[in-house]
Amino acid sequence: MKNKIYLSVIIIFLIFCFVIFYNGLNSSNIYTPKINTKQKLPIFEAKDFYSNKSISSEELFKEDIFYIVNIWASWCVPCRKEHKFLMELSKSENVKIIGLNYKDNLNNAKKFINELGNPYSKNLTDKNGFLSIEFGAYGVPETFIINKNKTIVKKFIGPINKKTLNQIMQIIK
Amino acid sequence: MRILKTFLLVVLFINIANANTDIKDKNLNNKILKNIRCLVCQGQSVYDSESEFSSTIKLLVKKKINEGKSEKQIYEFLRKRYGDWVIFEPELNKNTYILWILPLLLFLLGGAIIRKKLK
Repeated sequence: MKNKIYLSVIIIFLIFCFVIFYNGLNSSNIYTPKINTKQKLPIFEAKDFYSNKSISSEELFKEDIFYIVNIWASWCVPCRKEHKFLMELSKSENVKIIGLNYKDNLNNAKKFINELGNPYSKNLTDKNGFLSIEFGAYGVPETFIINKNKTIVKKFIGPINKKTLNQIMQIIK
Repeated sequence: MRILKTFLLVVLFINIANANTDIKDKNLNNKILKNIRCLVCQGQSVYDSESEFSSTIKLLVKKKINEGKSEKQIYEFLRKRYGDWVIFEPELNKNTYILWILPLLLFLLGGAIIRKKLK
C-alpha cells in the first residue's frame, strides 16, 4: 500500500515535470520588454541633428497632438525598409514624427535623409545611445507613440510595415 | 626641505586615496555589468557582450557611478525601462517570494526527512 502511494506520487511528479517542460518548449525563449505598458515620456535634453543646438523634451513635445519617436540610423538596413512608411505617416496632420539618429555618422545620416526623404519634423542626434536607453530601446529601428498626455502608449520593436502602419493610423486618428 | 617632504607626502596620500576610489568604482562597475542581462544576445551579461546595446549600457553605468548613483539606483533605472528580466538576480518582491523561499523550504523539508530517518 505504502509503495503504491510512493509510486503514484512519483508518477504525478514526473507528469507535472513533463507538462512544464513541454510547455516550455513551445514558448519563445527570446525576451522582449513589455510593449504595451504605459510609460511617462522621459525628460531629456538633446542636440538638434542639423543645428547642433540643445533642445529640451518640453519644447519638443509642447503641442497638444500625438507624437511618434522613431529611432533610426543610416547603417541600419531595416530602417531603409521602413522609411517609405514613415514618409506616408508624415503626411498625416494628427501627428509629428521626431527622429532619433542612433550612434551614426552625421554625413552618412544626412545622405540617407537626402536620398530617401525627410519624414521628421525634428531630428535629434544620439551619439552615445543614452537617449535611446531613456526611452527603453535596445536596438534600431524602434518606434514609440506618445499621446496627448505625453505618455508612451505603444512601442514597435523592429521596422514598421504595412500592418503596423495601419495600427499606428488607428491609434492617432 | 621639510616643506618639500610634507608636500611629497601629501601628494602620495592623495594618489593612494584616488587609486583606492578608482579600484572601488571599477569593482562596483564590473559587479553591476555582470548582473545586467544583454537584451540583444540574451543569456550573456552586458559585461561579456560586445553588442551595441551592451556598449551603451557599459558607458551609462560608468557615467552613473561617476555621478554618485548607488548600485540599487542603477538597477532601478534599468528595471523601469526594461522590466525585472534585465537584472540577473531577481529582487525580493511579491512576484519572487516563491523563487526565494522555495529552495529554503525544500532544504528544511530534506533536513527533516533525513533527521526522521536517522532516528
